[in-house]
Amino acid sequence: MVGPADMSGPMTPRIFRVASKRRETADTVTLAFDPLEGPQIELRPGQFDMLYAFGIGEVPISMSGMSEGSVLHTVRAVGAVTRAIYDAGEGDVFGMRGPYGNGWGLEDHPGADVLIVAGGIGLAPLRPAIEHVLAHRELHGKLSVLIGARSPELLIFQDDIARWQARLDAQVRVTIDVAPSEWRGAVGLVTELIPRVSFDPGRTVALVCGPEIMMRAVATDLMDLGVASDQIRISMERNMKCAIGHCGHCQFGPEFVCKDGPIFPYERVESLMRVREV
Amino acid sequence: MHRSFGRKEKKLPEAVIDLEGLQALLDSLTIRGYTVLGPTVRDGAIVYDEIAGVNDLPAGWTDEQDAATYRLTRRDDSALFGYAVGPHSWKKYLFPPQTLLWKARRSSGAFEVEEAAPQGGPYAFLGVRGCELAAIHIQDRVFLGEHPDPTYADRRSNAFIIAVNCSTPAGTCFCVSMGTGPRAGPGFDLSLTEILEGDRHAFTVDVGSERGEELLSALPHMPATTEDERSAEAVIERAAGAMGRSMDTDGIKELLYGNREHPRWDDVAQRCLSCTNCTLVCPTCFCSTVEDTTDLTGDNAERWRSWDSCFTLDFSELGGNNVRTTTRGRYRQWMTHKLASWIDQFDTSGCVGCGRCITWCPVGIDITEEVAAIRETQEGSRHGDT
Repeated sequence: MVGPADMSGPMTPRIFRVASKRRETADTVTLAFDPLEGPQIELRPGQFDMLYAFGIGEVPISMSGMSEGSVLHTVRAVGAVTRAIYDAGEGDVFGMRGPYGNGWGLEDHPGADVLIVAGGIGLAPLRPAIEHVLAHRELHGKLSVLIGARSPELLIFQDDIARWQARLDAQVRVTIDVAPSEWRGAVGLVTELIPRVSFDPGRTVALVCGPEIMMRAVATDLMDLGVASDQIRISMERNMKCAIGHCGHCQFGPEFVCKDGPIFPYERVESLMRVREV
Repeated sequence: MHRSFGRKEKKLPEAVIDLEGLQALLDSLTIRGYTVLGPTVRDGAIVYDEIAGVNDLPAGWTDEQDAATYRLTRRDDSALFGYAVGPHSWKKYLFPPQTLLWKARRSSGAFEVEEAAPQGGPYAFLGVRGCELAAIHIQDRVFLGEHPDPTYADRRSNAFIIAVNCSTPAGTCFCVSMGTGPRAGPGFDLSLTEILEGDRHAFTVDVGSERGEELLSALPHMPATTEDERSAEAVIERAAGAMGRSMDTDGIKELLYGNREHPRWDDVAQRCLSCTNCTLVCPTCFCSTVEDTTDLTGDNAERWRSWDSCFTLDFSELGGNNVRTTTRGRYRQWMTHKLASWIDQFDTSGCVGCGRCITWCPVGIDITEEVAAIRETQEGSRHGDT
C-alpha cells in the first residue's frame, strides 16, 4: 500500500505508534515512536520532527535519541498538544513528519574538545550528541557535559546521567538552582560549572541548549575564556506552524529557525541575542 | 534583485486590439477553461473577482488614495484601467486566505490522513500591475522552494497572466522606488497598455509567452505602429512621473539592522493599532497559521491553513509565553522583515511599492515615512553594524 508520504504535500504527516514510554519528571516523558508503515524517520542529533496529536494540533519536538530502531522524543507538558503527548500510552498513534532542521554538526569538528551545556529540558536535543561522542570516543577530544536544572526532581535522563558520570573518558557535572538539604551536588547556575572542567578553548566546540538567557550567559563566558563565537552552537526555539519555511512564525531576524537552524553558530546570532522581542 | 522587474527591452508591441478584441480575449480564455478574474467595482472599492466580460470592468472609475484614505471617483473618460490597486491582491487566489490541507479519520486504533487535492483554477488574471507581478515573483520564492506548496504550485503554474501597465498611480504608490513598475514584467503571458486618444480606445499588446502568442493569434488584432508604441510609452512615462510616494532604498538592510533600538519604533508603536490590516492587504506577506479541528464525534479531523499576521500576540507564542509582547516589537518585526531581512532570506525586498499598507492602515502609518524618519535620525552610521 502506498502511504501518504509517497505522494503527499509537505504538511501531511505519517502515522507513528508509541512503542514505549518512560517518565522523566512530573511533567516530562520520553516516548519511543515507530512508523505504522514505511521507513523510520532518520534524524541527526539536533534535528526535530513535527508531532501531531489527532484533532488537537502539532508541535516541533527535537529527537532525544534512538532506541532499538525507535525515534525518541522527550516532551514536557506545557500546552494542549504536549499535554496530549504526555498523556499517551503504549500503542497510541500520532502523526509525525520530519526530519527538519540542520543538526549540531559535530562532524564538522573532528578531534575537537566537545563541551556540552544543557539547561532543563534543553538536555533532550543534546542527549543524542552526547551518546554519539561516547560511541565514537576516538573521533573527539575531551568531552565535558554540564547540566543545570532548577531542582533535582526536574532533572531528566537521570539514569543516562549516572551512566555518563561513570565514564572515565567524560567530565559530567550537574548543578541545581535551588537544592533541598539532601542534595549533595553542586548548587548554582550552569555557568559556574564551566571553570570546573578541563578543555582547550582554542580547539573546543560547544553545544548549548536551554533558555535564551542561559545560552547567552554561557556563550559570553566561553568567549571570555577564548572559545571562538563560531565554535559555540546554540539551539534556538520559536513558534512553528510548518517547519518548511512557509508559515513565517519561526523567524529570528533573517533566520528561519526551522530550516536555517535550529542550531546556529553563536557568531551568526550574537547581535540578535542582545535585542528584546526579535 | 527585484530591481530588474519593471524594466524590459523596448521593442515594438506585437499588436493592437480594440474593445471588441479585449472581449474576444476574455471569451477565448473562458473557452479554454480559465476562470477569468479581474478588477470590478464592489462596495465602493475596486476589487478582484470573477468577471464575465468587459462590461464588468470599472469603466470610467479611478481611485483617490492617501494614508488611511481610499475613494472611488469618476474619470472624465471611459478608461477601463484608469486606477491603481485596491484592497485585494492576486495573493488571495494563489495563496488562498483559507486552505484545507488534509483530513484525517480514526479507524481501528489508528488514523488515516487524506490529503486535500489542490482545487480551483485554472485562473486568468486580468489587470495585473507591475507591482503585483513583482509580488507574485516574490511569493514564488517563498512557496516554490525546497518544499513546494501544492496549492500555490498548482494555481501558479496554471495561471494565465494579463498585465496592464499602470496609467494612473495613486497617492500612496512608489513602485518606481522599488523597481517594480509602472511597466509590468517580465513574467506575463500578455501585457496591455490602454490608449485613450480622442475617440480611439485601444490596447497595445506585448507577448510574454508562447501561450500568450497563441491566444493573441486567435483574436482580431492589428499590427502595432510606431505611433502606437509612442502612445504606450507615453502612458508609462507619465505614470512613472506621477508616483505619490518614494522610498530611498539605498543601504536599507544595513539601515534597519543597525537601528533595532531606534526611538522611532516607540513613536510608531504609539500610533499602530496592531490591527493586521497592512499584512492582509500586502501582496507579499505570506505568514500563515494552521488550525486543527475535529467534528463532534471526534473521529474526523481536519487541518486548515489560514493567513496569519505578525501583529498578533499569538504569532510569537512560545511555551506559554510570547516573544513579541509589544506593538513596538511587532511593528519592528514587520517592517524590518519586509524591507531588510527579506533580502537575506529571498534575495529580494519584500516590498513592491504598491502602497496598500499605507492606504489601508486605519491610522495612516506610512512605511515610506517611517523609513525616512529612521534614516534622518539613525543611531549608527549609514552602513551601521548589524
